[in-house]
Amino acid sequence: MKTKILSILIPAVALMVSSCAFDNYDAPDAKFDGRLVYQGTPINLDSRNVYMELWEPGWVKKSKVDIHVNQYGAFSAVLFNGTYKLFIRRNTVPFMVPRNDQTNSDTLLVELRGNKTMDIEVTPYYLVKNASLTNSGKTVHAAFGIEKIITDSNQKEVERVTLYINNVNFVSADAKIAEASINGGDIADPNAIALTAQVPDMTPMQTYAYVRVGIKLRGVDYLIYSPIQKIEF
Amino acid sequence: MKRIFVITFVLSLMFSVACNDDVFLSKQPNDLLNDEQVWSNRDLVILALGDLYNRFPDYQTIENWGEFANFDEAFASRDYGRHQNNDWGFGDWGYWDYSYVRALNSFIKRCAEATVLSAEDRQAFLAEARVLRAAVYFEMVKRMGGVPLIVEPLTYDYSGDPSSLQFPRAKESEVYDFVIRELDEAEDLLLDPTAGGRIYSRATKGLVLAMKTRAALYAASIAKYGETTPSEMTSGGEVGIPASMAQGYYQQALAAAQELIGKGWYSLYRKNTDLRENFTNIFLDKSNNPEIIFVEDFKLKDKFHGFTTNNQPVDQTEEPGDSGWLNPTLNLVQSFEKLDNTFAPLAIGTPGNFVYYDKITDLYEDRDARLWATVILPGSQFKGRTIDIWAGYILADNSIITSGALGGQGTLPGRSAAEQVVGKNGPIDQVEKSAQTGFYVRKFLDPAIGSGQRGIGSAVWWVRYRYAEVLLNAAEAAFELGQADVAAGYMNEVRRRAGFTIDLTAADITFDRIVHERKVEFAFEGHQLWDMKRWRLAHKVWDGQNLGLTTTPGKADESSTKPYGLWPYKVYDPGSPNDGKWIFKTIIPGKAIGIDRFRLRNYYSEIGSDILSRNPKLVPNP
Repeated sequence: MKTKILSILIPAVALMVSSCAFDNYDAPDAKFDGRLVYQGTPINLDSRNVYMELWEPGWVKKSKVDIHVNQYGAFSAVLFNGTYKLFIRRNTVPFMVPRNDQTNSDTLLVELRGNKTMDIEVTPYYLVKNASLTNSGKTVHAAFGIEKIITDSNQKEVERVTLYINNVNFVSADAKIAEASINGGDIADPNAIALTAQVPDMTPMQTYAYVRVGIKLRGVDYLIYSPIQKIEF
Repeated sequence: MKRIFVITFVLSLMFSVACNDDVFLSKQPNDLLNDEQVWSNRDLVILALGDLYNRFPDYQTIENWGEFANFDEAFASRDYGRHQNNDWGFGDWGYWDYSYVRALNSFIKRCAEATVLSAEDRQAFLAEARVLRAAVYFEMVKRMGGVPLIVEPLTYDYSGDPSSLQFPRAKESEVYDFVIRELDEAEDLLLDPTAGGRIYSRATKGLVLAMKTRAALYAASIAKYGETTPSEMTSGGEVGIPASMAQGYYQQALAAAQELIGKGWYSLYRKNTDLRENFTNIFLDKSNNPEIIFVEDFKLKDKFHGFTTNNQPVDQTEEPGDSGWLNPTLNLVQSFEKLDNTFAPLAIGTPGNFVYYDKITDLYEDRDARLWATVILPGSQFKGRTIDIWAGYILADNSIITSGALGGQGTLPGRSAAEQVVGKNGPIDQVEKSAQTGFYVRKFLDPAIGSGQRGIGSAVWWVRYRYAEVLLNAAEAAFELGQADVAAGYMNEVRRRAGFTIDLTAADITFDRIVHERKVEFAFEGHQLWDMKRWRLAHKVWDGQNLGLTTTPGKADESSTKPYGLWPYKVYDPGSPNDGKWIFKTIIPGKAIGIDRFRLRNYYSEIGSDILSRNPKLVPNP
């Protein structure tokens, strides 16, 4: 009896662990990573909204690979080798990709032959300058300036600047437990903006929170931020 | 041995029978009719036309009520996921129905040469199909921007090259022009809406003018307000309309509306002297209803819907599994004006300094009659019963006595017996089907016995076009053309029917007024998203900021990103003059954790990559 079961079991297991070679493609194995930088410094973005589109021309079907850019401006993806066109959709992101000579547009060419690390130089419309985020107890004070980087015809107006607080270290316009704003028109001195917000009660109770300030531009969906900072109280 | 013989015998029998290939392959299918058969019989042509009517596109309807909870009009008491996302997908509201367009095109082509139809029929059917086609293109341009204009049924030649079937997108303005032109041409060929009894569910001259004024108004406002969202424009005009065209479209919108008003076919529904009941009945009265222009009609036993089944108050439900789906929000409720033409949040006071009301309905007595007709307020009536909505007792020290079960019992201090301490419809937070915002929906809710049962359902019709919209379209177009006095006249007509006794003057008419009037008049009629889009208000109102409930409900661009509710409490304070009175508290349903954010790319739905792959001539939306 035992031999009989084994005689069935062993080939069955063997069949399961082996696979046929014909119908399996190799998994993608070229790692493509990097950061979006302005003058060498990565820019601070939304935690879950900014995507770059990667298109590989030449196929019958048109379909893109979305590459997520995290809140520290870094991205990484595992892809097949190939020549891709990289494109970041304008008007959703708070920065512009400069024109390049290769494509004579803001589309970038990405040659992928094995692993590749690439920092992409972009120009934000605005930057948060000298952000100082402090707290006294559960009251958070933000003092910072904003600097207009793009001043030509592509410039954008500031709709508002906002201080965001969250209970985890993802902090953005759509990940927050408290916020305080000042409208763009009400900013007296762009070099000295002050905002104050209160940390609300959190469940479960915790004695720390994460904060940062962001700039919302008119006609741009996602914000640009200062680095995330942890506060304790 | 014998068994083997039997098996062999049976098998050989099976193989010896074969079908006659010739007969089999040329056999006529008996479950569908081909083109030739349809076009040889008038009744079948009418059936085909009926099918085309059935495919008429809608978004939020009484058959698709869940979609009403996508924005800030209502909270979904049984589908919390709608309130737990921050963003709408870029492909949401996409509509790309070229199979319907093809069916219409081929109907139009065949109808023009149909010999089985009388000349009269041919002309009428043809015009109806053209109106439907205009409606489909209107729907597509509303959602996607400019789309390829296909007006002939296309046929593939099997050459291996599909490029003869691939067309580029027309400009957004060209599609609106096409819609308006088609409606113009169809108008004379159609019947008067009052010819031989009122026609509600087929295309008439009335529908043509109503659709034309709506389409022209949409195009006009996109031209005018599209300037505020320059990112949502393409250089080829596939999306976005140049501002210079606004004036012309507004004039067309006003002219079409005034033509329809001048015809005298329609008037506002005013059969009841009780204005609240009157407004409710606009949507229920199917006999000689002078306001209704175009509907999707229903008929018990044959074609009915479950809006009432799913949205009836839970304590009087006729179908225990269903009910209480849509809970209108306080955002909407407080938008209804006071009868002295002013806007104000509901006068509830502040915690610790509540305003006390003798009757639970007193809070709303000074509001627009449309509020009572759109929303089931706590303490109002439905199907002859008082709607029991209250959240519990509040004691002198502001502590609350309530229960976690609908109509649950508790014991008040100083009393020995347990008694009911919460309404039979709640509100109890996170209890499905209870009125979690403190309200149920009344518009389109069928008061007929049995309408709440799945097997019977409701035959209340879905109103797509009604006369009040024509008046408000005229008002908006006139206002935008600088004729505020004309606008005030049309607005007042609609407002008097809602119980306003003080007329607005020309000076009172503002953009905010126009926006507000449509919001309260057409709540739960499927206008909200399209209105917010064409005014380019969507990204301002659903802006992702959590700023609390607005205190200026008459302001058009106030942020409104979460559904709020209002819970009534009964005061228990024996010996105090407030004992037995009512107070109200603003709440946010516990399941409403999302903060709505409408992104600029949402203004035009994304065209799917499958569609783009099939036709390289298509320009994607920005």
